[in-house]
Amino acid sequence: MLFPLNVTDAQTRRWGKILVGPVSLHLTGAGATVIIGPNGSGKTTLLHLLHGTARLHAGTIAWQVPMAEARAVQSFVFQRPVMLRRSVVDNIAYPLVIRGIRKSEARAQAHDWVKRIGLDEMADRPATSLSGGEQQKLALARAFITAPQVVFLDEPCAALDGRATAEIEAILQEQMAQGTRLILSTHDMGQARRLADEVVFLRAGQVHETGPATPFFSAPQTDAAHAFLNGDIVE
Amino acid sequence: MRQVLFVIALLWATATQAQDSLRLAVTTSFHNSGLADVLLPEIQADLGLEVQLLIVGTGQALRLGEAGDVDAILVHSRAAEEAFVAQGYGTHRREIMYNDFVFIGPMNDPAGISDATDAADTLQRIATVDAPFVSRGDESGTHNKELALWQAAGLDPDNFGDWYRAVGAGMGAALNTASGMNAYVLSDRASWLNFANKGDLALLFAGDPVLFNQYAYLPVNPDLHSHVKSDLAARLEDWLTSPHAAELINSYMIDGEALFVFNAEDVS
Amino acid sequence: MVDLWDGLTQAFWLVITLDRELAEIALRSLYVTLTALVIACLIAFPLAAFLAVRRFRFRRLIIAILNALMGLPPVVVGLIVYVLLSRSGPFGVLGLLFTPTAMIIAQIIIIVPLIASIAHQSLRDLWQEYHDLLISMNVSQGQKMRTLIWDARRALLTASLAGFGRGIGEVGAIMIVGGNIDNVTRVLTTAIALETGKGAFALALALGFVLIALTIAVNLMIHWLGQTEREGRW
Repeated sequence: MLFPLNVTDAQTRRWGKILVGPVSLHLTGAGATVIIGPNGSGKTTLLHLLHGTARLHAGTIAWQVPMAEARAVQSFVFQRPVMLRRSVVDNIAYPLVIRGIRKSEARAQAHDWVKRIGLDEMADRPATSLSGGEQQKLALARAFITAPQVVFLDEPCAALDGRATAEIEAILQEQMAQGTRLILSTHDMGQARRLADEVVFLRAGQVHETGPATPFFSAPQTDAAHAFLNGDIVE
Repeated sequence: MRQVLFVIALLWATATQAQDSLRLAVTTSFHNSGLADVLLPEIQADLGLEVQLLIVGTGQALRLGEAGDVDAILVHSRAAEEAFVAQGYGTHRREIMYNDFVFIGPMNDPAGISDATDAADTLQRIATVDAPFVSRGDESGTHNKELALWQAAGLDPDNFGDWYRAVGAGMGAALNTASGMNAYVLSDRASWLNFANKGDLALLFAGDPVLFNQYAYLPVNPDLHSHVKSDLAARLEDWLTSPHAAELINSYMIDGEALFVFNAEDVS
Repeated sequence: MVDLWDGLTQAFWLVITLDRELAEIALRSLYVTLTALVIACLIAFPLAAFLAVRRFRFRRLIIAILNALMGLPPVVVGLIVYVLLSRSGPFGVLGLLFTPTAMIIAQIIIIVPLIASIAHQSLRDLWQEYHDLLISMNVSQGQKMRTLIWDARRALLTASLAGFGRGIGEVGAIMIVGGNIDNVTRVLTTAIALETGKGAFALALALGFVLIALTIAVNLMIHWLGQTEREGRW
């Protein structure tokens, strides 16, 4: 098991400027943690730190296994999905193929996912020819096909319309129900309310307030969180 | 079944071909004469020997022989050949045949060399009127011959003006240049007769005995290079000096003109 | 102008009558250059991919050298290979000088830097695109290189065509290491040089036109092979 995850005074800098930190967090092994906060508050960097793909300059991030092993059972979905220059089905099969699974077997599993995300008619089309919403659904399928324990999502619906957002949230709910742990950032407070079990409110690279979702949304403890939820501009 | 036999025969043929092949470095002028196209099939028929020709300048031919990259050389530059044998790179030097050098120039002949008495007079006339002259300039046998002729005429090309053009190229390229510039040029007769791009050029002077061009055959020394096929080189030498070769060489003609005179001496 | 026209008609008749000697020379040209091309690609593609995904100390230097070597004069390559393969040279015992193998070796040296440089540029761009995803997926170095090479295969095809063009039209190096021996190492370009030397411009031009036609045919065929893949978008 990966959890609990203990983050102690984690800090990362770029060109001498602190991007995130010091941050301390304690995450347990169920549901969805939603990271919210204004632009530039460090949401993306924090996700990368937890995934081990951003450089940690100070503090510790301790999963219950070494970081490399932890990353092997995690997936990451980017705000702007990266499409391999291959067909839809080969994109989804890719994580299985690099894990050494036979190509025919990997493609068979990928085809199941292609159907689940409703892209079966486009299975053999180049992934780059898909629309934004379709590309993000593909990225989700590619993230989930390895049955990861944790999936990080960096504003997965940032550029999408309502219908695509609903489809993606449906997939996320379904995966959560099967026990996949989600850690995602979002700008969309509606989405945060719909998905979150736990909220981390970041401000200027630091955790300003954190706690279970229901009390956070009904009665935030800090003025800044209150203002942010009201839609006021928070620096 | 017949096809299988055919394939086997073909493989066998190529295998034996690969076995009995000999590399001979020859000069461009020899190759341009077209004589090789007559001799090689006959050698193949008589000896079952495939002669692979490397067509290079005399200088490079000698270098190939020194390095052991060919089995024998056939060139025409006596002093260099004798040095080659003296330094031990070749076993011996065997004269095979000769042809001659000729002076080529523009048809209107501004230097009037068609009335010249001998080769030295020809060159003096050209130098007097500063008529354009193309030199091979590549240290080939022909180039060395040209330099020797200038010296015999009491002239030094180092002191010449713009009219003396050293092109640093083979006989064909030098003839092409002369044709383009309407210049005088010294050529071996064979290259000239076979040259297709004559333009306004014509043969203006020939016949002085100093213009004779002796070809010699030099087998590469197997003591220096053990891989050299000296037995095949010896068989080729026997053939080249045989009466059959003599007949082929003496009867080879271009435009009704004989090109070569066989003059190998029987050593046995 | 007369020569050009003569060359065209002569080329036409040589091809129509399937002149045996011409066919042999043309096939030898293809054999030498295509063999060199395949081996050069096997060297250049992984090298380009390695330079794209791996950060190490002399990376920039190697890329700069590769770019510089793109303009390597073939004559120099020919001379170096000649000295190495000569009976008096370090690899003389192999007896490779004046064989098609020697010509292939020279051409590999000439076209590897060209293919590797062009390939590196497209692989580097693709790597920027893929970087975050592949790092997140814990992909090994070898898998990164294979993924890049496979996904950039169209760009790599263009790179290899550039290499083919440089190889098939090259005369300086193969003249020196091949020796232009009739029936053994004579190819289209060396035959053209030989006929030009004889002043036989029409025949030389005819061979030149055959060379051009052959190059176009090979290019079209490789493009067509690329197009037959189901998707035309990459």
